[in-house]
Amino acid sequence: MAKQKYMTVCLGLVGLLVCAVSVFGQATPAPGVIPTPEVVAGVVSDVTPLPQIDTGTTAWMLVSTTLVLLMVPGLAMFYGGLVRTKNVLGTMMHSFAAMAIIGVIWTVCGYAMCFGDSVGGWIGWDWDFVLLKGLDSGPGAYFGDDIVIPHLVFAMFQGKFAIITPALIAGAFAERVRFRGYCVFIALWSLLIYNPLCHWIWGGGFLTGEAIDFAGGTVIHISAGMAGLVCALYLGARRGYPKTAMHPNNLVMTMMGAGLLWVGWFGFNAGSSVSSGMQTAQALTVTQIAAATGALTWIIIEGFHLKKATSLGLMSGILAGLVAITPAAGDVPPYGAMVLGVAGSLFCYAAVVLKGKLGYDDTLDVFGIHGVAGIVGAIGLTFVLRSIPEHGFNMQLWYQFKGVGVSMIYSGVVTLILVVLVDKTVGLRLNDKAEMAGMDHTLHGEHGFGLLNLN
Amino acid sequence: MKLIIAIIQPDKLEEVHHALVDVEVLRITASRCTGHGQAEDPDLYRGQEVKPSLLPKVRIEIAVNDVYVAATVDAIVGAAKHNGGVIGDGKIFVLPLDDCIRIRTGEHGGSAV
Repeated sequence: MAKQKYMTVCLGLVGLLVCAVSVFGQATPAPGVIPTPEVVAGVVSDVTPLPQIDTGTTAWMLVSTTLVLLMVPGLAMFYGGLVRTKNVLGTMMHSFAAMAIIGVIWTVCGYAMCFGDSVGGWIGWDWDFVLLKGLDSGPGAYFGDDIVIPHLVFAMFQGKFAIITPALIAGAFAERVRFRGYCVFIALWSLLIYNPLCHWIWGGGFLTGEAIDFAGGTVIHISAGMAGLVCALYLGARRGYPKTAMHPNNLVMTMMGAGLLWVGWFGFNAGSSVSSGMQTAQALTVTQIAAATGALTWIIIEGFHLKKATSLGLMSGILAGLVAITPAAGDVPPYGAMVLGVAGSLFCYAAVVLKGKLGYDDTLDVFGIHGVAGIVGAIGLTFVLRSIPEHGFNMQLWYQFKGVGVSMIYSGVVTLILVVLVDKTVGLRLNDKAEMAGMDHTLHGEHGFGLLNLN
Repeated sequence: MKLIIAIIQPDKLEEVHHALVDVEVLRITASRCTGHGQAEDPDLYRGQEVKPSLLPKVRIEIAVNDVYVAATVDAIVGAAKHNGGVIGDGKIFVLPLDDCIRIRTGEHGGSAV
């Protein structure tokens, strides 16, 4: 009965949404020109009458879009390998479900909320972007004075960022949430946290042009890290944590996933230049350097601390370096990438050790890696900028702190409201029995690994 | 000396292990195995319900001196039940054990257990 009621409510909601879109969509007169999306630096261009598509940039942006999507299965493998055997499918489903859920939300209204005309600096909206109607044909999107790419490419590229952000959070409450609750949670999280934040910093909102966030340190990693921390604290530790040893089921898969993330990150960072030229090359170069430096730093620390370099340590170092360079990618020189890579790993290592001492169960260290390295990158980049903006170093440092603070407070507070709401209504925390039996069989009716099963 | 073999559900391994530790039975061997009793536990495959002919189980082997047999069996029975006992909770076999040898020292019998 309960299930039927739930299905009816779902269908009803979808129906309402479709009706609303078709009614309001037609009532609004189509604007003459598609508004220009703002680039990371906040440059808005004039519209020239006959735009020529820049094929070089378009080609690179198509590749970047694909690379960023590749990070999501990469994340699924990274997370999937770290949990226990009975939860591998449930954990990988979290990443893949984000592709499905946010993939739809982004098309329906996500892009409009992020990159539509600003409503008072708080949220974007443009009826022409709903269901990507106005993007399907039309003049293309402008970046700077001369770069024109099909608007759809930009929308799809940004959509991949919207997908990976909620998927990141799942690591904080891995092994202990219900699938249905998770789906509702990330849908609401995307609508109420990611979309506004994205608009504030990139889409023309009140932080645009202030905090430097080249490829998403503040919008993506800090917000996801903070959300992860809040969820982990509210939902509580896994049953038996930290007394019972909980071993990764497959570190080989985790390493492959980390490899895919590194590769995908070139699209993530270098694609965020929305060009195919010098800044793209700069972003790609520092991405490589920071990842390598972060990884090296982590295993050196481990060498001193544990006398052994671990594979998971190397992977964590890669991620710490990549996250730390993300907000800075287009704006720091190669030595700056090394500084951020070292700092990212140092602080993340400390955070992960500290987590063990504090005893909260941020299962896969979403805050410890993404949150902390995101903050290190966002603040640290000010000290290694290629050129200090006109308003001066101190002002920029204040802007960076403001961006980080806004992201942490907004994401933290709204996540807390959402997680309580979803847990009390749909139910988010898994019951003890299901948690013991594992998510794979209880929630999905399957087993991830059949190798030891004779049938 | 007895050899106790218990076939239990995989999700109960942790609880059974804790229960055994509580009665000071610390030396156990556990392995994954597959088997079939009365229980059925269907999986899903593309919308179809699939009933595996063999299900995953955990097999625990414990060699104990006679005084520990009752405590060991009670601990396993107490911890391996789902909701006061359902089909599929498992079985315990108690076998006589002729000898036990500790490889490191070569000692025999009860002290090696």
